[in-house]
Amino acid sequence: MTEALLVVENLAKRFKLPREKLFSAAPEVQALAGVSFTLHAGRSLGVVGESGSGKSTLARLVMALEAPSAGRVLLDGLDLHALEPAALRRARVLLQMVFQDPYGSLDPRRSVLQTVAEPLAVLHGASRAEQRERAAEALDAVGLRATDLAKYPHEFSGGQRQRIAIARALITRPKLIVADEPVSALDVSVQAQVLNLMQDLQDRFGVTYLFISHDLAVVDLVCDEVIVLHQGRIVEQGNPDRLFTAPQHPYTQRLLAAVPGMPQNPRTPPSRSL
Amino acid sequence: MSLLEVTNLRVTLQTSRGPADALRGVSFSMARGDTLGLIGESGSGKSITALALMGLLPEGAQVAGSVRFGGTELTTLAESALCELRGNRIGMVFQEPMTALNPLHTVGRQIAESLRMHKRLSGGAARAEALRLLERVQVPQAARRLDSYPHQLSGGQRQRVVIAIALACGPDLLIADEPTTALDVTIQREVLDLIAELVAEDGMGLLLISHDLGVMAETVQRLLVMYGGTVVESGPTAAVFERLAHPYTRGLFAARPRLGLARGARLATIAGRVPELADLPRGCPFAERCSLVIDACRVALPPPVPVGESRGESHYARCIRVEA
Repeated sequence: MTEALLVVENLAKRFKLPREKLFSAAPEVQALAGVSFTLHAGRSLGVVGESGSGKSTLARLVMALEAPSAGRVLLDGLDLHALEPAALRRARVLLQMVFQDPYGSLDPRRSVLQTVAEPLAVLHGASRAEQRERAAEALDAVGLRATDLAKYPHEFSGGQRQRIAIARALITRPKLIVADEPVSALDVSVQAQVLNLMQDLQDRFGVTYLFISHDLAVVDLVCDEVIVLHQGRIVEQGNPDRLFTAPQHPYTQRLLAAVPGMPQNPRTPPSRSL
Repeated sequence: MSLLEVTNLRVTLQTSRGPADALRGVSFSMARGDTLGLIGESGSGKSITALALMGLLPEGAQVAGSVRFGGTELTTLAESALCELRGNRIGMVFQEPMTALNPLHTVGRQIAESLRMHKRLSGGAARAEALRLLERVQVPQAARRLDSYPHQLSGGQRQRVVIAIALACGPDLLIADEPTTALDVTIQREVLDLIAELVAEDGMGLLLISHDLGVMAETVQRLLVMYGGTVVESGPTAAVFERLAHPYTRGLFAARPRLGLARGARLATIAGRVPELADLPRGCPFAERCSLVIDACRVALPPPVPVGESRGESHYARCIRVEA
């Protein structure tokens, strides 16, 4: 049994909404309630659910971008939300994030080198030469070239931009990568390239993924375990083979039934590329 | 008589890198009650096709070929006459309902707008009709929702409002460009079912644009697969999925993650990337990424090659390597 890398205990988050009337109490929404799970090093946990189910709130709490209303997030034994600011900054080396939209998540005015090396510069205070070397390494890992370092985001396609975002996440050699809908904005053929890449990186570097997606087929492919979120609570949890073939909770059943089906095609070639 | 007859439609866009052939001779036809799907990745030309049909191409675009709608040639029609058609005989549903709706006007006013403009209805009559439409697209508590603003509705309800606007004047053709891409999967199912139901009831034509093979398989009778500004495969949906005649169609199908694949299985990928429209090759646009490529592929754009017939409907692929 591998060690537990991420332990989430009873996590809850309430948000205050703008008050509707001047003298009424501001209404609250319970975005997350009593969420607990354990993720082992080198494994992938999928989080599925629809808009408003609490997926992204969970990601932000695990990334320590926001404080929970209750509960704990333990990463490698560190209680993230109880750390002093300086200690939290040091701990951030261990966790990185990949966002959904590679057009929105890369600064158009910063070169690939600046973008990819930024976490190193901020978290390690690395020298220029070291930044450059590590950035070139990270680009190589995601299948881009060191000559791409001087380029700007607009010179790349959507799939390449997502590779740059993944390279930026890899550069601190994190233990956990939180990927929030990392392939949703990509075309089908490009999506396949990025999913294959993410799996290769896991095999090579032993990265752990918290993989958030609304696409059940993507989660089924990438993840060892899945939690289904509905209105801020885990309604079902388990191995994707079982969960997607014999869903127990009515909400999981509804999600599955809504996936547009297609005749399975026997002519689909098993080969890796055409 | 066919409702829509597109013949050898060519569109050239002006880009910063010079003229780009966004469409290179697209032809298809639809009758009332037909459902036709355009599938392809970004840059394949599917949205440009829809924009060309509606006369909404960006400035500087050059159009050649013919689009006949109900016997009228649209490519040479004056803007004022096009305005009479759009929202009246051609209804449109766009991808992102939040940006398609005006945040400053109530839902009821936005539905009534085209009724007042095209049908010259009075304010009261238009409002009554808007209520009927909201009920028809199954927005709960329709009477209350008439006075709601878009931000007060959920994504699925907003898309229903957009559909109500598209249907307001009883169009002959409904063009839906990625209507469910921004929606959750359970809502997507409801919206697709609603569109299918409304199209069947009114007998209008449906042109559905999507990148999602599963959505297509469930919604349309005929499918056009687009790549690099051309239709690389066309035929009855079931036949296209059965045969996967063009190497690009095959690649798309194989690249799709499917439920039940082994954990960690590798997806088949298509090598390379979608070509820029500004520097499309002279020959087959897919040649650079195709494993079956031979020299002849790069010489000229392959003609549509018949690959079979099912129930009287022809099935073509633009590939000289297809085994007929």
